[in-house]
Amino acid sequence: MLAGTFCYKRYVFISISPKYTVKHNGEKMNKTIFTWITITIIAVTTSIAGTTYYFTITMQGRRRLVVSTTTSLYDTGLLDAVEEKFEEKNPIDLYFISVGTGLAIKHAKRGDADVVLVHAPSTEYTFLKEGYGVCRKIIAYNFFLIAGPEEDPAKIRNLNVKQALTRIIEAGRNGSIVWVSRGDDSGTHVKEKTLWASIGFNWTVLREEGWFIESGSGMGKTLLMANERNAYTLADVGTYLKYRNEGHITLEALVSEGKELINVYSVIAVNPEKVSTVNFQDAITFIQFLTSQECQTLIGEYMKDVYKQSLFNPAVEILKQENSPITTWIREYAFFNGTECPSDYRNGHPELYK
Amino acid sequence: MVWEIAEGVQKAFQLIVSGDFAVIDATFRSLYISGTATLLAVSWSIPLGILIGSGNFRGKHLVKGFFNAMLGIPTVGLGLILYLFLSRAGPLGIFHLLYTPTAIILGQAILITPIAVTFTANAVESVEPEIKDLAKTLGASETEARLAVLREALPSTFLAVIASFNRAIAELGVAFMLGGSIPGLTRVLTTSIALETTRGNFEFGIALTMILLAIVFSLSFLVNLLKRK
Repeated sequence: MLAGTFCYKRYVFISISPKYTVKHNGEKMNKTIFTWITITIIAVTTSIAGTTYYFTITMQGRRRLVVSTTTSLYDTGLLDAVEEKFEEKNPIDLYFISVGTGLAIKHAKRGDADVVLVHAPSTEYTFLKEGYGVCRKIIAYNFFLIAGPEEDPAKIRNLNVKQALTRIIEAGRNGSIVWVSRGDDSGTHVKEKTLWASIGFNWTVLREEGWFIESGSGMGKTLLMANERNAYTLADVGTYLKYRNEGHITLEALVSEGKELINVYSVIAVNPEKVSTVNFQDAITFIQFLTSQECQTLIGEYMKDVYKQSLFNPAVEILKQENSPITTWIREYAFFNGTECPSDYRNGHPELYK
Repeated sequence: MVWEIAEGVQKAFQLIVSGDFAVIDATFRSLYISGTATLLAVSWSIPLGILIGSGNFRGKHLVKGFFNAMLGIPTVGLGLILYLFLSRAGPLGIFHLLYTPTAIILGQAILITPIAVTFTANAVESVEPEIKDLAKTLGASETEARLAVLREALPSTFLAVIASFNRAIAELGVAFMLGGSIPGLTRVLTTSIALETTRGNFEFGIALTMILLAIVFSLSFLVNLLKRK
């Protein structure tokens, strides 16, 4: 306060006491304001011009394809590898928006994505039936796993999925364990709901129980929370291995086999007849690339040397085989009316399904 | 825990010294986007702040109260609202702004407007009656008295600009919802931190946080130095 008083005295007295100084100072002030406004206008204009220029430079001769994707594909870094190979060959820039299956499909319906990469067959089928999704191709699969504390108080190690889940419910209800659910409508969450339903429980009922907590966030944070609470959770293998390898979690993969745990990733283009602004042509090029031999090998080999196991398995070849058990599992889980994409939704691209 | 943070700091130095492209790219983009957003916001917020601060009109308290309340808007919430506007299906969809740096600039400018307005209005108000009366007593005209007020309020207005910039560069919601974190186009420091965290690369996340903090710290320091002179 004292300093303030002193300060204003210094300013005001010096500047205002003789009349002519006031006038002089007023002009100076006008000038300052004028300079200030000019600087701002110049800065704003240059910046906006800069953005536009920068944007045209980046876009020059290259088209853009917006891909809304599930987080597990992006966060493992797989799509960075795919992008590099794809952009070398095509004059198309891939813009990945990593958001999770639910939001990815929302983006597509609003015209904010040209292609989606998702892993929730039931949601995908609705997306197709509503007329938005076309040219669906299954590109990869892996398995979810049930992670839990090393001591395994619910004793589920190496049980089959249904037995394991039943034990988890028993142990949860007698207060010895906690289950962490994603609760965010992601592909993993959809899978979890299906798994509970397969042993006759409803997720919306279970969530009310005390041993059942929801993280409401991504896979990584859910794993951290489960680790902190010494709890059980359902995880995708990619995120689990990454977190385990980096030493962020000590949870073990207690159940990781079985057809109930299969996780199928597909690519779906957005129907140009429904959303007129989408880049359909380039979407098809991208789908062709994802299902090509080259990209399928890339998917299968990705990070294999680090984790000593594949994070994702290519699906195109295996779906052509008749007698492998995996083929049957994928068909049962992720096919609609016996095909990966019913002919009504192929949108003039039957060559994708040869 | 301490060890992990220490590792992050060490990593930050490594990344800066080695000139890691992704890091430098995100840092400059952050500076550029949030800097532009601040200029844009300031260009309308300071006049508005002066108007509110020196004005004496009905409903002034309501207007001030509105801007005060908007200080607390969650960035993701604002991001979502603006997404609905900029989305192809939204009213501004024809401009194709979604997932461009321009979208983040606009979003952050709106986000920080309440800060700049409130700070400026308060600065003007705090010097208004005394200086104005004094100036008038000393024979200044109405305009001259107003200018004297503005001059007195100038240092605090600087603070408004810096506070706005800090909020812009440190926010995540708007940058993610409107920019989508596309590398080389809309990936900024905060979206990189979020991504590296979900990818489990904690030390990388800490390193980026340190860079962000360094920017914010040095700016505040610089402003303090300027104010003292």
